[in-house]
Amino acid sequence: MIRLFANANYDFIKWRRWAYGLTAAIIIPGFALFLVRGLNYSIEFTGGTLIQVQTAEPVGPDRIRSALDAAGIRDAEIQQFGAANEYVIRARIGRADAVVEGSTETTAAAVDSALGRTLGPAPQHYKILRTEAVGPKVGRELQGKAFLAIFFSFIVTLVYLAVRFEWRFGLAAVLATFHDILTTIAFIRYLDLEVSLVVVGAVLTMVGYSLNDTIIIFDRVRENLRKFRRQNLYEILNLSINETLPRSVLTHGTTMATTVALVLLAGEVLRPFALVMTFAIFTGTFSSIYIAAPLLMYIEKRWPGEDARGARALRPPGSVPLNPPPPSGSPEVRSKAAV
Amino acid sequence: MRTIRSRLIAIGGLLALAVWQLIPTDVTQRVRDATTGRMKDTTIRRVPINLGLDLQGGIHLALEVDQSKGPVPDCADAIQRAEKVVRTRIDEFGTSEPVVQIQGRCRLIVELAGEKDPARAKGIIQRTAFLEFRITDMKNLFRDALPEIDKALQRAGVRPSGQGAAAASVTQLFGTDTGKAKGKPAKGKAAAKDTTDLNAPGPLSSLLFQGQVNGEYLVPEEQVPVAESLLARPDVQRLTPRGLELRWGTEVLSRAGRSYRTLYAVEDRPIITGEYLQDAKSTRDPLTNQSVVNFVLSRRGGRIFERETGRHVQDYMAIILDGRVQGQPPIIKSQIGQRGQIELGAKPLQDAQDLALVLKAGALPAPLTIIEERTIGPSLGQDSIRDGLHAGIVGVALVVLIMVVYYRLSGVLAVAALALYVVFTLAGLAGFGFTLTLPGLAGLVLSVGIAVDANVLIFERIREELQHGKLVRTAVDEGFKHAMSAIIDSNVSTALTAFILYLVGTGPVQGFAITLIIGIAASMITAIFVVRTFYMIWLDRRPDMATLSV
Repeated sequence: MIRLFANANYDFIKWRRWAYGLTAAIIIPGFALFLVRGLNYSIEFTGGTLIQVQTAEPVGPDRIRSALDAAGIRDAEIQQFGAANEYVIRARIGRADAVVEGSTETTAAAVDSALGRTLGPAPQHYKILRTEAVGPKVGRELQGKAFLAIFFSFIVTLVYLAVRFEWRFGLAAVLATFHDILTTIAFIRYLDLEVSLVVVGAVLTMVGYSLNDTIIIFDRVRENLRKFRRQNLYEILNLSINETLPRSVLTHGTTMATTVALVLLAGEVLRPFALVMTFAIFTGTFSSIYIAAPLLMYIEKRWPGEDARGARALRPPGSVPLNPPPPSGSPEVRSKAAV
Repeated sequence: MRTIRSRLIAIGGLLALAVWQLIPTDVTQRVRDATTGRMKDTTIRRVPINLGLDLQGGIHLALEVDQSKGPVPDCADAIQRAEKVVRTRIDEFGTSEPVVQIQGRCRLIVELAGEKDPARAKGIIQRTAFLEFRITDMKNLFRDALPEIDKALQRAGVRPSGQGAAAASVTQLFGTDTGKAKGKPAKGKAAAKDTTDLNAPGPLSSLLFQGQVNGEYLVPEEQVPVAESLLARPDVQRLTPRGLELRWGTEVLSRAGRSYRTLYAVEDRPIITGEYLQDAKSTRDPLTNQSVVNFVLSRRGGRIFERETGRHVQDYMAIILDGRVQGQPPIIKSQIGQRGQIELGAKPLQDAQDLALVLKAGALPAPLTIIEERTIGPSLGQDSIRDGLHAGIVGVALVVLIMVVYYRLSGVLAVAALALYVVFTLAGLAGFGFTLTLPGLAGLVLSVGIAVDANVLIFERIREELQHGKLVRTAVDEGFKHAMSAIIDSNVSTALTAFILYLVGTGPVQGFAITLIIGIAASMITAIFVVRTFYMIWLDRRPDMATLSV
């Protein structure tokens, strides 16, 4: 029988300050970059035209650029996409010379005829695999919707966790997830991934996945809080993380196996999605242990719960509690009916 | 034992239901014939999962009313007219199930899966609507010409299609007297002679049944493609009486369990066109409780209409939008000037609203502008499916390997449940009619990785219980019991996020969210219920088992 991390007893919480440092090292430069350069939004968000072409031979992006230049489409981005003879041409709205007469549709036709003049007639010499033409209005609506989706998912999660657990747990879980969104945005910025609708979908899935992971640990915390009434929260958090460690390794291992398979095999269109999901598994696992658990401790300390564990939340492990709760079985006053 | 049996029955039932959803069925698709350029129905057998545009190729268009040449006051009204117009033209698209729907208030979505020619599709959608009123073939000239046409077809070697069982030539389906209105007796007699000639059912006339109105014919739905191809032949067109044209109707009527499409012989000259129409409104007449449509013509149009209707009192007037006869042609009761009323009798108000939309679509064509367009070539879709399947197979193989190596026999149980999970998820997509998109495929692959989480939670819990020295049977029971709250809370919160994604998202994101939600539901069933049943059978066979392969 293989057992990984059985009876593990690591002091995870002790390393929390190092974890904060690591997180800050990821988020702060990423955000600085984000503020300076923004994100690489897909034309779904910016509006514009995307054309994916397959040429008979790998002609190289320069040849395509010269073809477009000759037709007066100057500011388009040209990128090799997957195979050596496939290219994606993006003409965004708002770049002066990228779009013909401000219309996304005529741009597609203009690109088509420009390619035809330089490369030779259509089906033999090149093939248009995909075109997308998005007006500016649609893009603006989509941006609004993406933020709405994240916002509402937070609200719903807060309410659900407040009902099923307690608001302190909900707050800690949502803050940890917010941290994941920040690190993911930084990650997207570092790799300069194109933010398409599907990538926004990946970020939202990440929200669900990270919450899921945090809840597994919090569920154990909830159980251990009932079971070990003498331990303080610091010990209980560590205990719970250690107890769920084999599960975390197994589940994240299997999920990672599928996302890595997607990164390597599922093609160019899905690659940004798969990369974001792979990173999401890292950051979701990390934040459940190093962000959500310590945050729960701080929240307990700040706004102590009923059994006043918060007051002892930060005391080192193993020391004697100040006010031990009554051991179970101690005399209590009950109403007569219950006897 | 009894509980095991009932559990197995439940699993078997679910599996049967799922497999039933996935059995390949015959799907009728309209495809454009490469040589003739016409649409024809073909039937293929395939697994009934709808593939999104990104997987099978096709074109997605979002359209709005063009306001660049002056504001359109009521865009919701205009987009409804546009929808009506696009629907009328639906048969012109080279696709099986075109999606035409209004999104929000003022936006029209058209999705044409499998359409290979986007320029043509856009042309069809953006073409200005053309409305005309034409008098039907009141003298039954077309019916009289049918024997000649049949003979010509027979000479050309066209056999009557085997379906001609329903008697011979133009058959009275309702027993209405077609000469009632204004039929010319002399011609009618000649026709009567030919129709009695039951021994020689003609290739064309065996497909046609006389309708209620002069010049109206009914064609059995399944014979429509045959009739279409016969009518398109040059010899048939040459023999069609001068001054007449044939127009298909939009209505599908059902009589005695069969459905029929309407075909009209109408005059080739309209008595008036949509440019003279100013407005149309549907109401319910408070006195007679009839659905009616009131329309107003321009002053010039009123003069033309007055002259024409004066000449055609008691004739039937076909309302034709883009070459399609809309509804049943009403009879002209009297001379009509600038204002007219179409009475629809006991028909629901909805029909009147539809007709008013048709009239307005012809009068006030709504120019559409494309605000979003996506065209995906069919080869790209096939590549995506192939790559997605490769990634899926490798991903699933890795998950299987990890589970079996780590949890041994219990891992095998989890993998068996995983196979059920994949079947259930696909059946869910097919059964609810959701569409599988490329992001959906990614969601499916990803959810296989997540689906084992519930089993991992349970197995780890059982291991813990065994470690605490519990008996195998107790450990299994406790393992399932204690893992439950974590499984439910984590899955519900993920499902809630996916649900919001579905509500707020559009297109591809919705497809992804749906796959995720169905996947979560399926994984809860398989991981908890199915694996539990496997354990029960296992423990039942080996009641004295001391160690558990977990």
